[in-house]
Amino acid sequence: MVVLAAIGGFLLYRGFEIFKDFGFSFITGSKWDIGNAEDTSTAILGIGAMLFGSVITAIIAVVISVPFAVATALLIEFYVPKWFKTILISVLDLVAALPSVVFGIWGYAVLLPLVENWSKTIEHYLGWIPIFNVPSGIFGRSPFLAGLLLGLMIVPIITSVAREVYSQAPRDLIDAASALGGTRWGALRAVVLPFGRSGLVGGTMLGLGRALGETVAVYLTLNLVFQVNFKILASAGGNVASLIATKFGEATEYELKALMAAGLVLFLVTLLVNFGATIIVNKSRKIV
Amino acid sequence: MSVVIETMPPVPTQPWRNSKAQGMRNFLAIVLALICGGVINRVTGLSGFLGLFVGTAFLFPVFVAFANINRGANVVVDRIASAVIAVAFIAVTIPWLSIFITVFRKGSEAFHSSYLTDDMRITPSGDDLQYGGIAHAIVGTMLMVLVATVISVPFGIIAAIYIVEVKGRFASLIRFLVQAMSGVPSIVAGLFVYSTVVTFFGGFSAWAGAIALSILMLPTVARTSEEVLKLVSVDLRTSSSALGATQARTVFTIVIPTVASGLITAAVLGVARVVGETAPLILTSSYFVATSRNLNEPIASLPIYIFSSLGLGDQNATARAWGGAMVLLGLVFFLFLLTRLFSSRIKRK
Repeated sequence: MVVLAAIGGFLLYRGFEIFKDFGFSFITGSKWDIGNAEDTSTAILGIGAMLFGSVITAIIAVVISVPFAVATALLIEFYVPKWFKTILISVLDLVAALPSVVFGIWGYAVLLPLVENWSKTIEHYLGWIPIFNVPSGIFGRSPFLAGLLLGLMIVPIITSVAREVYSQAPRDLIDAASALGGTRWGALRAVVLPFGRSGLVGGTMLGLGRALGETVAVYLTLNLVFQVNFKILASAGGNVASLIATKFGEATEYELKALMAAGLVLFLVTLLVNFGATIIVNKSRKIV
Repeated sequence: MSVVIETMPPVPTQPWRNSKAQGMRNFLAIVLALICGGVINRVTGLSGFLGLFVGTAFLFPVFVAFANINRGANVVVDRIASAVIAVAFIAVTIPWLSIFITVFRKGSEAFHSSYLTDDMRITPSGDDLQYGGIAHAIVGTMLMVLVATVISVPFGIIAAIYIVEVKGRFASLIRFLVQAMSGVPSIVAGLFVYSTVVTFFGGFSAWAGAIALSILMLPTVARTSEEVLKLVSVDLRTSSSALGATQARTVFTIVIPTVASGLITAAVLGVARVVGETAPLILTSSYFVATSRNLNEPIASLPIYIFSSLGLGDQNATARAWGGAMVLLGLVFFLFLLTRLFSSRIKRK
C-alpha cells in the first residue's frame, strides 16, 4: 500500500529538477530537444504534444468503443441463452487479458493497411471538416489508427463493467414493463439503460485510464512526431507512455529525468481518472 | 330443458412469440440483407469480407423493420434495436477472431521442431527460420513471473484478508487504494522500478523486472482474493468462533483451506495479467539473447522478444515476432483454462 505513495514520491524526486527548470511549460510546451548534451540549459523539453496525443487517442478509443460495449453487454445479459452467456463472459475475460503487444503487432500488420484505405476514403469525402483534412497526404500510423486499436482493447473492459451493472437492474421493474405490454427494447430503454448509466460512466473511465496509459500498442501504431496534431487521420502524434518507451533507450541523464517527470504527469492523470471511476462504480453498486 | 353452455378453457397464447410466418419473414430479411450486401460488395468500392459485412450490417436492420412492419411501431423499433445490437456484437467479435487467426497463421510459419528449445545465442534475428528459437524468452518470462508471484501473492492475500476478515479501520481505504493501483499504467510502474531498483543496484536485472511485474500483479491478486474470501459462509466463521477459536486461527485453519483453490485462481489470474506486459520490462529487465538463469543480469522475456524482433524490420525477424506472439497467446489461453478449472471446482464445493 506504501507502493502508490512511493511511486509518486520517487518519480517526483527524480523529475523535480525538470519541473524546477521548466515549470508549467513542461506540460504545455510541445518541443523536445535536448540541445547540447553537455549543457543542460540548452534543452527545451515539453510534453504538451504527447499529452494531447494521449488524450485524443483515448477519446477516439472511448467514442468508438462505448456504443459497441453497451450493445455487447445488453446482448450478453438479455438476449442470449444462459449457456452461451457463460461462454461469452469467459471469452470477454480472455480478450481483456490479451497482452497489449499482441494487440499492437496485430494492429500494425492487419489494421494498419485497412485503416489507411478507410482514412483515404474519409479524407476524400469529408476532407472539408478540419479534423479529417490531411494536407500532407501521409496517412498510415495516425491517431485514428491508434485510437481505434485502443478502442478494441478497452471494449472488453467497458463491456464487463456495464454487464455487471445491467445484471443488477431491478428484475421486477423489467417484468413490470413486459407485463404492461412493452417490448424487450422498451424495457431495456425504460429500466436498464437509465439504471446502468452511472455504472457505464465508471466503466468507461476505467477504459479511459487504460487507454491513456497504454504503451506498446500505441508505440507500434502511432508515428512519434512532436506537434499538437488535430488532424486525426494524418500520420503524426504520440502519447506520453510511448514517448517514455521510445526515448528511454538513448536518453541522456538529464532527458531521463524529464522522462521521469513525464511519467509522474501520466501517473497523476491516470490516478485521477481511476479514482473518479472507482468512486462512480462503487456508488452505482451501492444503489442496489 | 336445460341449456348446456359450453365453456371452453381459454387457449394459452404467447403473443410475444414469433409466429412461424414471422420467423420466415425474419429469416428472409437476413437472406435479403446478405444478398444486397453481396451485390453492393461486387458493384461498389465496399470490397472484401469487411465490405460484405458492412453492407449487410447496415441493410439488415432496415429489412428487419420491413419484415415486421405490420406489427405496430413499438415492435418495429424493438426489432430494429435487436438487429442493431446483434450487428454491433458481431462487429466486435470480428477483430477478436482476426487476432486469433492472424497470430496462429503467421506464428506457425516461424515454428519448427526445436523452436521451443533453442535460443538466439548464436543466431542473428534475420537468419533462416529453422535456426534459433525462443527458449531463452520462455525461461526468462517464467523466472520473472515466478519471482513476481512469490512476492505479490502473499501481499495480495494479506490485503484481502485484512479487508474481508479483519475489517480494520483502514479496510475501505486499502480497498480503494488497491482499486486505484490496478489502474497504474504499466510503464509508470516500470519507471518507478527503474528509478529505484535499477539505479541503486547498478543496471538492468531480472530482479527489477520481477519487482515491476509484482507491482502490476498485486491489485489483481488482492481483488480476486477479496471476492473469493467473501464467498465463505458466515456460518462457518461463527461456528469456528463458537468453538473458541481465535480469529487468526479461524482464518488460517478454516477460511483459507476452504477457498484454497479460489486463491490459486487469484494467483493464476494475476500471472495472466502480467505475463504479456512489455512496457515495464523494457525499462527493467532489458533483453538478452541467450538462455540465462542469473537473476542479477538482464534477461530475455517473451514480450520483449516480440517487441525487439518487430523493431528490426527484417522479414525473418518479423516472422519470429509472430512466433513469439503465438506462444504468448497460447500461454495466456492455457492460464485461462487453468482458472476455469479451479473456479469450477469452487462452485462444486
